[in-house]
Amino acid sequence: MSRERRAKRDSRNERAVSDRGERSARSASSGKRVATDGGTDSDIERAIRETHPALIAYITAGDPTLEETKAYVEALDRGGADLIELGLPFSEPIAEGPTIQAAINRSLEAGTTPDSFFELVDGLDVEAPLLVMTYYNMILQYGSEPAVEPFVERAAAAGLAGIIVPDLPAEESEPLREACENHGLDLVFIVAPTTDGERLETIMSQVSGFAYVQARLGTTGARADVSGATHDSLARLSEYSVPKAVGFGVSEGDHAAEIVEAGADGVIVGSALVDLIAEADEPAAALEAKAEELKRGAMRGAEDVPEPEQP
Amino acid sequence: MSHGNFEGYGGRHVPDLLQEPLEQLAAAYDEVSATDEFRAELDSYLEEFAGRPTPLYHARNLSERYGAEIYLKREDLLHGGAHKINNCLGQALLAKKAGRTRLIAETGAGQHGTATAMVGALLGLETEIYMGKKDVRRQGMNVFRMRLMGAEVNEVTRGNEGLADAVDAALEDFAENIDDTHYLVGSVVGPDPFPRMVRDFQSVIGREAREQFQERTGELPDAAVACVGGGSNAIGLFHAFRDDDVAFYGAEGGGEGSDSKRHAAPLARGTDDVIHGMKTRVIDEDVEVHSVSAGLDYPGVGPEHAMFRAVGRCEYTGITDEEALAAFRELSETEGIIPALESSHAVARAIQLAEDGEHDTILVNLSGRGDKDMETAAEKFDF
Repeated sequence: MSRERRAKRDSRNERAVSDRGERSARSASSGKRVATDGGTDSDIERAIRETHPALIAYITAGDPTLEETKAYVEALDRGGADLIELGLPFSEPIAEGPTIQAAINRSLEAGTTPDSFFELVDGLDVEAPLLVMTYYNMILQYGSEPAVEPFVERAAAAGLAGIIVPDLPAEESEPLREACENHGLDLVFIVAPTTDGERLETIMSQVSGFAYVQARLGTTGARADVSGATHDSLARLSEYSVPKAVGFGVSEGDHAAEIVEAGADGVIVGSALVDLIAEADEPAAALEAKAEELKRGAMRGAEDVPEPEQP
Repeated sequence: MSHGNFEGYGGRHVPDLLQEPLEQLAAAYDEVSATDEFRAELDSYLEEFAGRPTPLYHARNLSERYGAEIYLKREDLLHGGAHKINNCLGQALLAKKAGRTRLIAETGAGQHGTATAMVGALLGLETEIYMGKKDVRRQGMNVFRMRLMGAEVNEVTRGNEGLADAVDAALEDFAENIDDTHYLVGSVVGPDPFPRMVRDFQSVIGREAREQFQERTGELPDAAVACVGGGSNAIGLFHAFRDDDVAFYGAEGGGEGSDSKRHAAPLARGTDDVIHGMKTRVIDEDVEVHSVSAGLDYPGVGPEHAMFRAVGRCEYTGITDEEALAAFRELSETEGIIPALESSHAVARAIQLAEDGEHDTILVNLSGRGDKDMETAAEKFDF
C-alpha cells in the first residue's frame, strides 16, 4: 500500500515540477540528490519541497464517520492538498479550540479507535503523504504494554509518513523519535510564538519533515486575520533548513498567500475544513473547493509579482 | 532533561505554547516562595484569613469502638470548609507577586472554584471560573457563592459539559492570556511545577499535625491516612512524615469496587499513562470514572502518588461508595462531625486499619466538611 502510494506521489511530483517552474525544479533536484545519497530521508520534506508552497490539510478522522473521512481525504487530495494530517481522537486533548474539540467528540461518539483508524488509512489511496496527529497517551496505550513501538510500527505499516504529538515535549521525545527513525516516519514538532532560545534549539534538533509553526497564542481555530507573531516566528526560524509550515487560524486563500509571502514553505489549515465538514451541505465538494482556494492562495504568495485577482 | 520528575512520573507534557509560561511560573515559584517576605505574608493569611492552625482531634468514641487511637486533623474547620484554601492562598499570592492580575480556575463540584473566588476577592485579582454546564446546574449554591464574591462563572457548554471540558476551556483561556493570567490548579496534578508547588502549599497540614501529635503523645503516629482524588490533601499530610517510620495509606474513590468497571482508583487498579500534562497512573481504558464523591471523581492522580505506589512508600486502596457512605454516617453519629464524602473515604480506611489491629495510633486527614454533601446523603439515607 505504502509503496504504491509513494509511486503515485512521485509521478505527481514530477508533474508538479514541470508545471511550476524554476523554484520547484530546484527543490526537486535537491530532493533527488538526497535520495541518491542512499537515505530515503523524509517523504514529507520531499513533498513540501516539490510542491512548494505546500498546502497541509487537517481533518479529524472519524468525523462524523470513518467512511466519510475516506471521501473527504480523497476530496482534499483532488483539491490540491499536498500533505494531509488526520487527527486520531483522544478524549482529553489539550489546547484544542472548540471547533476541533467538537470534531473529536463527534468522532469518539462514532466509536473511532486506533485500530479502526489504521484500517481507514490502510484503505486510503491518495497521492498526498499522510500524517497522524494525536496525543501521547494514544501512542503509549497502543499494544499490550505502555510503549511507543507498536503504534509506530502499525502507523508505518498503514503507510503513514509522519506523526505529530502536541503534548510531547521535545525533551522527552527520545523513545518516540527513535521508533519513528526505525520505521522511516517523521516526527513533527510544534513551535509556539513563545518558543525561543534553548528550547527552540532542542526542538529544531529533534524535528523532521517540517516545523509546525504556531501562528499565534491560543488554541486552534479559524481566525479573521494573520497574526504578526507569524512573521516573528518565521524570522526566528530562518536559520534552520527544515521546511516551515504555519498553522493555527488560517482559513482563507489570502491568509495562505500572506503566510507564504512571509517566508513559510507550507500552510496548515484545520478548523476551517472541520467547519465545512460540520456545516456544508456537500462537505466533500466544499472541501475540494476550499483546498483549491487555499492552494491558489499559497501559490499566489510565492509569486514575486502578485497575480491578477481571480474572477 | 526533564522537569519535576518523580521517578519517571510527572514531567511537562503540554503543547509547546505552554512550556514557556510554565517555565516562568516555576522560576517565579523557586525565587519568590523561598523569601522570608513571601512566607511571612502567606503565614499571616493562613492564620488570620483561613484559620490555621487547625486542631488535632482525638476521636475518642471512634477509637473506643474500633480499638486503635484515631486522631483527626481538622482541615474541615478551615475557611471554606476544606484544605483547598491552603493551596489557593499560596498560588494567588505568588501570582500577585509575579505581576499577574487575573486568576482562572476550573471547578467540578464548585469547591475549588469557591476557594479561588475567595482568594481572588481577598487579593483584588480578577477571577474567572470555568465550570461545565451540567455542574452549574447541579451546584447552584456554589455558583451563587462564587458570583457573590465577585468571580465570573463561565458556563462551559462544549463536549460533555463536565469537569474535563471546563479544564479545556480554562487551558484555552490560559494559552491566550499567558501574559497577565495565572491558572490556579487545584490539586497536585498537571504539568510541572503544579504537582510540587501545590504539595508545598499543602504541606502545612502535615507539619502542623506532626508537631501536634508529638506534643500530645510524645510520639509519631503509626499510620497516616488520607483520601486521594488528585491527591493534594494526602500529599499535604504525608510530606512531613516521608522520612519517618509512619505507614501511609491512601483511600481512593473505589466507586462500585476497584475490580468493577466504575471506579476512580487508578493507583489500586490502573495503568501508566500520560494525561493532563503529566505522566502518572490512570484508570484502565474500559473503566468509567465514577465516585460518589465529586472531589475523587478523577481518572488520574498526582504523579508523586504514582511514585509512592511504585516504590512502595504508600498503600492505596479503593474505598467503595457504600463503605464511604457508612463511614460518613458513622463519624456523624459517633463524634458529631459530618465529614465531606471525600474525607469519609479516609475515615473508612482508618476504621478498616483499626479493625485489622496492625497499628495502635492512626492519624486521619479530615480534609473537608460534609455540608456540601447533604443532598447526596439525603438521597441515600432514608430517615
